[in-house]
Amino acid sequence: MPIDYLPILVFFVVAGLFGVIALTVPALLGPHRPSSTKLETYESGKIPYGDAWRKVPVHYFKVSMLFILFDLEVIFFYPWAVLFRRLKLFGLIEMGVFILILLVGYIYVWKKGALEWE
Amino acid sequence: MDAIVLWLTSLFPQMAVPTARLIVHIVYAAILSFVAPVVLVVAFTYMERKVIARIQDRVGPNRAGPLGMLQGFADAIKMLTKEDITPAGADRIVYNLAPGLAVIGVVLVFAVLPVAPGVIGTDLSIGILYVVAVGGIGTMAVLMAGWSSNNKYALLSAFRVVAQLVAYEIPMVIAIIIVVLTAGSMRMGDIIAAQNVPFLFTLPVAFFIFFVANIAEIGRSPFDLLEAESEIIAGFHVEYSGMKFAFFFIGEYMHLFVSAGIATTLFLGGWRGPGASEASILGALLGFVYFLAKTVLLIFAMMWVRGTFPRFRIDHLLDFGWKFLVPVGLLTLVAVALVLKLPFLSSPVLQWVGLLVANVAVIVVALAAVSLAARRTRSVALRSVAGAER
Amino acid sequence: MPTNVVQIVVFAILTLMTLGGGLGVVSSRNLFHGALFLVLSFAGVVGYYVLLDAGFLAAVQLLIYIGAIAILILFAIMLSRGLMSQRQSQRNEQWWIALLVVVLTFVVLAVVLWQVDWPVASDQALASPSVAISQLGQELLGPYVIPFEVASVLLLVALVGAVILARETET
Repeated sequence: MPIDYLPILVFFVVAGLFGVIALTVPALLGPHRPSSTKLETYESGKIPYGDAWRKVPVHYFKVSMLFILFDLEVIFFYPWAVLFRRLKLFGLIEMGVFILILLVGYIYVWKKGALEWE
Repeated sequence: MDAIVLWLTSLFPQMAVPTARLIVHIVYAAILSFVAPVVLVVAFTYMERKVIARIQDRVGPNRAGPLGMLQGFADAIKMLTKEDITPAGADRIVYNLAPGLAVIGVVLVFAVLPVAPGVIGTDLSIGILYVVAVGGIGTMAVLMAGWSSNNKYALLSAFRVVAQLVAYEIPMVIAIIIVVLTAGSMRMGDIIAAQNVPFLFTLPVAFFIFFVANIAEIGRSPFDLLEAESEIIAGFHVEYSGMKFAFFFIGEYMHLFVSAGIATTLFLGGWRGPGASEASILGALLGFVYFLAKTVLLIFAMMWVRGTFPRFRIDHLLDFGWKFLVPVGLLTLVAVALVLKLPFLSSPVLQWVGLLVANVAVIVVALAAVSLAARRTRSVALRSVAGAER
Repeated sequence: MPTNVVQIVVFAILTLMTLGGGLGVVSSRNLFHGALFLVLSFAGVVGYYVLLDAGFLAAVQLLIYIGAIAILILFAIMLSRGLMSQRQSQRNEQWWIALLVVVLTFVVLAVVLWQVDWPVASDQALASPSVAISQLGQELLGPYVIPFEVASVLLLVALVGAVILARETET
């Protein structure tokens, strides 16, 4: 029932409240004397050049793409796992086929070197 | 929980049950999101410093209070009175939103953590899946913090974190599926009820995968290259100061506790133990003590790991996740599913033994495969060295 | 408090989140902010699923859309040079095509909304929530087993595609 999720909403609101209070009070409590050097970003003492928003390596994109796909596959296991005890042998075979297809993809990705970092 | 609701309605007869329940929930949430952060952070930073110090043959904090026990409070007061700096060129809104989100993401997990018999925010039918799903909020917070700081190191660190979280979420989810498969439910209460023998003993491989993946998800040593000081200064939160920095810190320690708590629930039988029951207050308290003891034991193990293992390199880290934990997890999943369907293992005891045997078999296979792979890479390396000499 | 009123209020807030997030996606000049608005919109949809008593789908929405796809989108934004720092112009020369497609999609959706007789679950079906997940599993592994297996093939194809795409961008 949706009502089961009410405590989560309560948690969200209360935790958010904690966040707001705990972040605003110390900000008022502490000193506030900004200077241009203090506001500079810290890059090991070097003078920062430009902003940080530049291109990132493609690896990260690749890794997260693989993640989505595997995550989706793995999600399908949950309803099956919950049901498993009540399933007949056929349920096992169905999932076997599913895992087999997943495995083919996994081996392909591995052999193609998509799991390598560099 | 229900007992308290009952007690409240008997105390104030004119109060309706839903109202009483709402009040109980609000108080419970307030305890877990206002009191728990302070208590957990102070207690576990102290414990961590002492444990790591002992491992490194030092004494650890011993100045503030007896045995240095007040060190955590001293740090908290320091954090409270620090200047709050937003670096120039930072994206203000996102920058201020990120620390709050980091803590909320962890506190939300507390809502389904059964800390004692009958004491749980809400026992959702999708309980454990909810825990995994809410983890995404923390990932988001990290990315927001790294991006909005306008610091190249912070951004780089945020990317590393996300790549790591993402790589270790798959093995973690597989380990959870193995538990769900054996317990037949995602509800926390059902999972605890299914553990007449804790899953640690019947599914040790799943526990190992979950434990390792958990350490990686929290980003603790040896998976702490997101804050490798020698490489990227301090991590995605370099630019944060004062309370906002403390928030990431709080988030990390609460995450430590909550994930150890989840591991306790999934593998160590949660609050179960002799005498623990929902029936009486004493039984509930006893359950809470068991839960806490098991959780602290797991946290100690994590600290031990931190004190003992050197840091991973990012390619090794991703390899370990994708090429070791994922296949081992899938293998265990298949093995466990087969054992559960074997017709001659009808009695529970036989089934436990069968599960244990399957797990041990998986360990043997995995170790054999690893040593084979290691031998092959070693011979390749030796050959290339020999070729270079010639 | 009657549950209906609470539900309507929550629904209104969620709609505000979802639509407001969507509006933010198209109106913010900073692409990163746009992506974050998208996350807000996704979060609203999570709420809808909860209201509809589809807990499993809510968790999946949170896990897949916010935990994975939003991150992929953020990476994609940061991957492309120039998209990050500069404020982007919100128009290019293809705006009229986009407008056309959007209007057509809207018309199709509106027609579908009007024409289809939406089945409403009875109260009895809603009363037993705990069966929902096992029902889903039963349906998936029973009558819908073919789509279920096809889904895994589809994912396999996507996997292969992803690997090939990522290779091409590298060279």
